[in-house]
Amino acid sequence: MWFAFIAAVLLILSFCLDRPKTKKAVILAYKRFIFILPSFLIMLILISVILFLFPQEKIIAYLNYGSNIVNIILAALIGSITAVPGFIAFPLAGILKEQGISYTIIASFTTTLMMVGTITFPVETTYLGKKVALIRNVIGFVIAIVVALLIGLYFGEIVL
Amino acid sequence: MKKPIEQKGEKKKSLFKYVNLTIVLVYSAFIAYSYLFKVSSGIRMGTTLISFLSSMGKILPCAFIIIGLFEVWVPRERVEKHLGHQGGWKGYIWAIILAGTMAGGLLVALPVSSALYHKGARLSVVFTFLGASAVVRIPMTLFEASFLGVEFTALRWLISIPLIIISSHFLEKYLTKKQFDIK
Repeated sequence: MWFAFIAAVLLILSFCLDRPKTKKAVILAYKRFIFILPSFLIMLILISVILFLFPQEKIIAYLNYGSNIVNIILAALIGSITAVPGFIAFPLAGILKEQGISYTIIASFTTTLMMVGTITFPVETTYLGKKVALIRNVIGFVIAIVVALLIGLYFGEIVL
Repeated sequence: MKKPIEQKGEKKKSLFKYVNLTIVLVYSAFIAYSYLFKVSSGIRMGTTLISFLSSMGKILPCAFIIIGLFEVWVPRERVEKHLGHQGGWKGYIWAIILAGTMAGGLLVALPVSSALYHKGARLSVVFTFLGASAVVRIPMTLFEASFLGVEFTALRWLISIPLIIISSHFLEKYLTKKQFDIK
């Protein structure tokens, strides 16, 4: 809601200062929006299909309790293909913690959830092209694994 | 020699369009069918679609309005000075602060990064911004800390931010050789 408020205030301010400029801004906004709309629709379709295939209960069932490298990678893969908005992801992470799932696995899962977007891929490709979008997501995946390993070391879940 | 290559590219593009169009049509037909004949799987997909559409439908138009105003009002020299090659390491800090205070995640971050890039922000700063927008968003972080503890969140920040900056730096180095361009 605050986001809409800021946009409205800025728009009104801009309109009072310079009408032709504001008109230009609105036309630009419209053009940019239309540019991304098709990929956005495809993404929404992907989300609804993937959320249907991987509901919360299934995600919890697939995440394993141990913290070895196979489990970490598995959790990262699950985090990469599922798409859960932040306001669902963290309560979910809280539930996972209560169920005794390690910080290592949770870190791997939540970090890929945020950094690797299979579902946002069509939108990302529209801006960055397939190759760079792919590189960026692979980097995110690797960072997530490193984060998970170091968090595991810190909390003593991974012993060298 | 040049023409056939261009034509091939265009053919590929239009083929891609048809594939997307087919996906949308088949999907809509399935959802419509599900609602008519009460197929539970289709109705569940339709419900998620509508809930996401309404939540993103509120954020995206506002985001694009702000981006449009940014493009019209903010002079190129200012972006170049702080986020371009002249900005130095401070550019990364600006990118992280900007990412931290934004709403909407990657879907908003992508058009914003495109606008920044076209105003003269350097690639490594743009990629840092994109990476950070996934990790450090402040409203989300507060939420995370309340569920997983401050220690967990602080660690995740401390480890991922340097890695994001380093990887963005190398990505820029790699891409400047390849004549890369953000749409």
